[in-house]
Order: sequence, then C-alpha cells, then structure tokens
Amino acid sequence: MVTTVLPVEMRGVSISKGRKSLLGPIDLTLGTSGFTILLGPNGAGKTTLLKALHGLERLDTGTITWSASDTVARTKQAYVFQSPVMLRRSVRANLAYPLSILSYPKDRMDHAIETWAERIGLTDALHRPATRLSGGEKQKLALARALIRDPEILFLDEPCSNLDGRSVKDIEALLQAAHRNGTRIVMATHDLGQARRLATEILFLFNGRIHEEGPAPQTFDAPLTSEFKSFLNGDILV
Amino acid sequence: MNDIWAGLTSAFWLIATGDADLIEITMRSLQVSLSALFIASFIALPLGTWLAIRRFRFRRTAIAVLNAMMGLPPVVVGLIVYLLLSRAGPFGVFGLLFTPTAMIIAQVVIITPLIASITHQAMRDLWAEYHDLLISLNTTPMRRILTLITDGRRALLTAALAGFGRAIGEVGAIMIVGGNIDHATRVLTTAIALETGKGDFALALGLGFVLIGLALSVNLIIHALSRTERRGRW
Repeated sequence: MVTTVLPVEMRGVSISKGRKSLLGPIDLTLGTSGFTILLGPNGAGKTTLLKALHGLERLDTGTITWSASDTVARTKQAYVFQSPVMLRRSVRANLAYPLSILSYPKDRMDHAIETWAERIGLTDALHRPATRLSGGEKQKLALARALIRDPEILFLDEPCSNLDGRSVKDIEALLQAAHRNGTRIVMATHDLGQARRLATEILFLFNGRIHEEGPAPQTFDAPLTSEFKSFLNGDILV
Repeated sequence: MNDIWAGLTSAFWLIATGDADLIEITMRSLQVSLSALFIASFIALPLGTWLAIRRFRFRRTAIAVLNAMMGLPPVVVGLIVYLLLSRAGPFGVFGLLFTPTAMIIAQVVIITPLIASITHQAMRDLWAEYHDLLISLNTTPMRRILTLITDGRRALLTAALAGFGRAIGEVGAIMIVGGNIDHATRVLTTAIALETGKGDFALALGLGFVLIGLALSVNLIIHALSRTERRGRW
C-alpha cells in the first residue's frame, strides 16, 4: 500500500469538557506502520485520544498534522466504535454504504462485499437486518465496514469488550490480517493479554497524559514508570 | 342510539348503492388531503431532519416555534389564507379562493408543522445513534439527511400518517377557503357540518362513518405498501 497520510503528528493537543481536563497536553507521532495499543484505566483519555486523531473531538489547544491534506486524510482513515453502530439496513447495505460514499462502481462494490462477507462469515446473512445480528457478528460487521474501503489507518475503541472468546479470536485474526496488509492500527483496550498478542507499540495513558511509550516487548518487560508497573500488576490506579 | 344505528344504515346504503354525490365528495376529500400531505411531506421531512442534525444559533427557538405551530387553530389559518387569496389580497390575482387548491394550501399550512415536528423528534434520536458513524465515514451533510430519511422511514411514515389524519378530518379552514360549494369544493367534513346544520343527523353520521373508514383504509394501505409491522424487519 502506498502511504500518503502517515505519519501523523499531534503537538500540544489538549481537550477539556467544562473545567475538567480530559486529555493533554499530548505530543505524539504515529509512524507509517505498526500496531499501536493504547492502554490505561477507565477515564485515562484513550477514547478521547482516538476520537481526537479521527477528528471527532474539538481540540482546545494544539494541532494534528497529517502528511496529506485534511480532506485526503479523512478518506484514508476508519474508526470502529466500542458499541458497534449498525445502520438500520441489511448486512449487505451496511457493507455497501462506505463504498457508495467513495462512488465505487457496482461490480467492484459487489466483489468487495462478497469478499468481506465471506471473511467475517456472514455470507448467508447478507440480506438479514444488521440490527438483528449477535453482538460478535455486529462487531465483525463494523470492522469489515471499516476495512472494506482499505483505510491506511484504522482506529478501534475497545472493539472486543463484552464479546465471547470465539468472537474475540475472529476479530483479532481480522486485525492481524489487516496489519499484515499494511494497515496502520491504533487500538484502545483494557485487555493486557490482547495487548501482548497484538501490539508492536504500546502507549500507556493515565489522567489524560502519555506515561509510557515504546515497542511492545521492551515496554512490557521493563516498564519505566511506576504507574505502568502498577497497571501491569493489576493495581487500581487513582 | 337510534341516530347512530340510522347513521350506520345510512352509511351502508350510501356505499352499497354507489351514491354519486358520496363518491364525488369522497374523491375530492382524498384528492385535497393527499395532495396536501404530499406537498407538506416534501417540505416537512427534510426540514425536520435538518433541524435534528444542524446546530445553529436560534435552533431551540426554531424548534419551539415549530412545536407551537402544531397547535395552529385551523379557523385562524383558514382566515389568513382567505385574506391572502381574496381578490383584495396579495395573491388574489390567481383566483384561487373557493377552489380545491385553496383548500390544499390551507391544509399544507396546518399539517406541515405537525409532520416536521414529529420528524424532528424521530430524527433526533436516530441522529444521536448515527452521529459519530456518519461523521467518521466522512459523509456530506446532504448524504446524512438522506441516510436519516432512508433509515428512519418508518418513523417518517408515522409522521406523514399523523399529518394525513389531521388533514382528512379538518373542517374549519377548508370551510372558510373552500366555501363548501356543491360539486366544487364540498368534501366529507364540510358535508358533515352542512348535514348536521340541516338536522339530518343520520346522513351526517353516515358520512362520518365513511370518513372514518376512509382514514383507516388509507392508513392500512400505506402500511401494507411500506411493509411495516412484519416479522424479520426493523
């Protein structure tokens, strides 16, 4: 894949709601490849950071600079929410929707839909209402809908929370395949086991700031900050 | 009780014998109310959806005004439309007063706020659900409106049917701007008012039952055509 929008740089980014600071100030560079896992306790700012990068949060201070224009950058990224949002349409129409925005020709669209339906095991459910799928099926469909337009960077906000083991395994397989195909992935999770399985890079957030950042194995083996050590030990951080 | 029984009998005979006057005023009722519904829906559905997703300075005021307009008194609407369309009024040159077109205009004014307000309520909830996804997918404002209208079509159908119910049963405004002229602007509701005034309660009740049957039939037909309330759907 030819990368055109990465790396992306955050400089002095901060976000607050009322008087409460949610994030920052943050300086961060996401390179052209890798599987970054955001770790941190509840309220650490993981979702806010993901949404800020994706343009869903208004910044109080700082800038986010993509290596292409914002217009191009918008078309090259995708986001999977913690609770999958299903359009009140069929599975097929959910997969077709992002492609129709990009004005895909019908034959390419049909091919992409059939390919992705097969990958997520929903070929037989293409004409079923998406809102009637199980939780795991919905999340797989949300992931396929995000990946079907071949984004350069994919943001995921705890996509496996509340899912059974089988669904988690399926989703991780899809993510690893996407990573192998060159998609840059940034994912928030609570699950340390999942982080160890998937991450090439770790970002540990606490109280809206990055406390630890580095390659996955070294960061897990030799944490530098007391907060991340406590988090890895399962202590409650307040 | 005798009057109700006589009304039912009268309604049955009017329908069974294919009464020409009944068919004429029933068709005119349908023509006026469905035309008004079509025009009002064309205005109100995008307006209600736009109000649900667009943030602007006086949005709350606009919504409050829209909700307040749901309670517009039909006779006042009729009076204002009458003054606008009368020979001395700004649109008098078109000669629309005492025509079905004037009745359609009055009904559009009455039902547009109702349809827009119900649409706004339904679309606001759907927009809350879709907001982040549609922004994330980089959709244009027009596509967002179209997506909400498409996916919220059943709620919009309810809004439209509420508008139709108000239109088909409306009498005050169309009496003023239509004049209840026989073979020209007489519809079911104005005919009922006329027959009640004449003391022919049986015929008035008969027409009333026809009106209720008509409203129910249109609702059922629209539901059947739009395939709502079926298993395996949304």
